[in-house]
Order: sequence, then C-alpha cells, then structure tokens
Amino acid sequence: MSTLTVSVVTPDGPVLEDAFEMVSCKAESGELGILPGHIPTVAPLTISAVRLKGEGKSDRIAVNGGFLEVRPDKVTILAQSAEKPSDIDIDRARMAKERAERRLQNKQADIDFQRAEMALKRALNRLDVYENNF
Amino acid sequence: MASLRDIKGRITSTKKTKQITKAMEMVSASKLNRAEQNAKRFVPYSEKIQEVVASIAQGGGDASHPMLEAREVKKTGYLVITSDRGLAGAFNSSVLRKVYQQIRSKHTSANEYTLITVGRIGRDFFRKRNMPVDMDITGIADQPDFSDIKDIASDTVQLYTDEKIDQLYIYYNHYVSAITQEVTEKKLLPLTDMNKDGKPSQSSYEYEPNQEEILEVLLPQYAESLIYGALLDSKASEHAARMTAMKSATDNADDLIGDLTLSYNRARQAAITQEITEIVGGAAALE
Repeated sequence: MSTLTVSVVTPDGPVLEDAFEMVSCKAESGELGILPGHIPTVAPLTISAVRLKGEGKSDRIAVNGGFLEVRPDKVTILAQSAEKPSDIDIDRARMAKERAERRLQNKQADIDFQRAEMALKRALNRLDVYENNF
Repeated sequence: MASLRDIKGRITSTKKTKQITKAMEMVSASKLNRAEQNAKRFVPYSEKIQEVVASIAQGGGDASHPMLEAREVKKTGYLVITSDRGLAGAFNSSVLRKVYQQIRSKHTSANEYTLITVGRIGRDFFRKRNMPVDMDITGIADQPDFSDIKDIASDTVQLYTDEKIDQLYIYYNHYVSAITQEVTEKKLLPLTDMNKDGKPSQSSYEYEPNQEEILEVLLPQYAESLIYGALLDSKASEHAARMTAMKSATDNADDLIGDLTLSYNRARQAAITQEITEIVGGAAALE
C-alpha cells in the first residue's frame, strides 16, 4: 500500500517525520481525512488531535492550531506547538486546565476571557491525547 | 616608579580578572553552540511557512489581507532586540545607535513612533531618553522556546492589525560568523515584498475553506515566526559577541600581565642593585 510522508514541524524543531497511510485531522471547516494521492491543499487546523494511521501503528499528536499543507505524497503540519503523547507534560496540562477554569469562572476583562478559553482548549486537547493513548 | 608591592598587587588582580573573562568566554562558547543548533532547528519551519505564504501570495491574484497591503503611515513601530546583560562588546550599542539615528532622522515627535523592546539594555536605553516604549520583555532564556516570545510577538502583530501602528521594523544583530555580527534592519509589516522574493511556486493549492481564511491564520503566524527567527539569530549573535569580547579581554589581560611582570622584575633588580651599592658604599666608608 502506498504511503504518505508526514512531517510535523514547529518553531522549536521537527516533532515527527515518518510514513503513514492515512492522516485525519480537524480543520477549521471540519474533519479532513487524507490518503496518498490527495490534491495539493492548504487548510488551517483547530486545537485538536491529529490521528496518523500506518501499517500496524497509529499515532496521535496534539497540535495547537497552525495549518496543514498537503502534497500528493507528503503532508506537512506547521504548528506553533505540537506534541506526541510521550512528550506531553501531564501535570502542567492539568494545572493549566485548572487555572483556565478558574479564570473563566470569575469573568473580568474580555481579553483575559479569550486567552483563558484558548488555554483551556489547549490543556483539554493535551489531556485528551495523553489519556487516549495509554 | 611604583613600588614592588603595588606592582605585585596589580599583577594578582589582573590575573583574577583574566580568570573570570576566560571562564565567561568558555561559557559563551558553549552557549553559542547551543544557540546555533536552535537556529538550525528553526530553519525547516521558517522555510516551509515561507514557501506556503509565497505560493499563496503568488498563486491567487484576488487574495487580499490587511497585512499584505501598505497603508498611509501615521505611526511606525520599532521592534528592537537587545540582550539583558552587557559585557558583549558592541552588541547592544551598535543596534541601539542605529535605531536611535533612524528615529532621529525620520520622526520629529514622539507620537509618530513607538518602541517594542526585547532585553533589559534596550528598554533602559529608551526609557532613559523618554522615548515611548510600548511593550517590553526581559529575562528571555539563553535557549528561548517559542512560547517565551509568543505573547510579545502576537501582541506586536495585533498592534498592526488594530491599526495602532501602520508599519513595523525590526532591528537585531544578524549572526554572520563567530566574529562578525551585522546590525540588520528589516521591514516586517506590511508584507509587501512577498511577491518579489522566492522562486515561483511549484504547485498550486486547493484552499480549504478559501484563501482569505487561510491568510487570516497564516499571516500572523508567519509574522510571529519572523520575529522568533530574529530572536534566535540575535541570541546567537549575542553569545558570539560576548565570546569575542571576552577573548580580547583575556588577551589584553595577558599583555598587561606581561608588561607588569617586566616592570616588576625591573623594579626588583633596581632594588637589589641599590642594596648592593649601599652595602658596598657602607663597607668602603668603614675602611
């Protein structure tokens, strides 16, 4: 079966580069599934998990926004941060979640509100990827 | 002529200073190594994002975004990257001088520009001169993560989006080699020269959902990545500049110790000669 080369790149260096058979992710316009031979595409991603499926292996990566670039035989994900489940700092994510929830409860200025909401999303996404992997 | 004890004291203190500068040189050398690696790790990300941005900018004629269009300039933003600590030779002063001259020649009143500084030295420099420092960040680690700079990068881009500034320049030391750093001025926003540089795009893309919305996500991320790239570049330059400065300090200390040892020996010899003369003179007087 043909494969796709998937590379996940962040400003702090490449996170992953490997061959997979299918990539499914959540773009801003909805779920996207990509198989080899896909038409070149660019799509922004939401804060979500990217699922990678390959021969007898599957991987999940927590991405914080960014976007996806698809070529027929290559998928590149450019995100400001992206983590494999083994790289997630679970305590930090839990703390971030609690902090964000606390901020959301005592709503003050709206800029704080937005930030807290984003932080909560990121933390929940990390927790989700971490927990569903073990 | 200075006394033997004075010279000896100066030799000891110079030796101690030399130990410190030598140690700082070696610390900077290892930090430079790490900084170079960091800058290298960032390259794939920046190349890729540049490629996608360029292909969108070239490919679609109808794509427009406020960040791509020049507007009338009422206020200019200057993002200045310096270090937190000194002892790095001309690293900070050359950047600050350049920015200061630019501002002096271009602007007549403080309402026409605003400064965003990274690093304590830059902040203090402009504050002392009563220039408007809109945002500042200090205490950036020697090996910065993207998250360290993310807030100030996105706030800066936000200033442009909110039309509080109409163009943004960035000033930093570009790392050429361990002994050469160049003060670089870059126009960050608006991204007008996007179409000129770069090779023609290899592939045309489908845009999901459409170009405008992708630009909405992509351009701020691109601008932030440029700021982060400049910071990494500047960090490498800082360590290189500090290493060179400390190396020349160590060399100077060596020279100074050599000179002082010479005059110490001379003084010692003069003292011995004098003593002998005195003894001989005394013995002669007794005969």
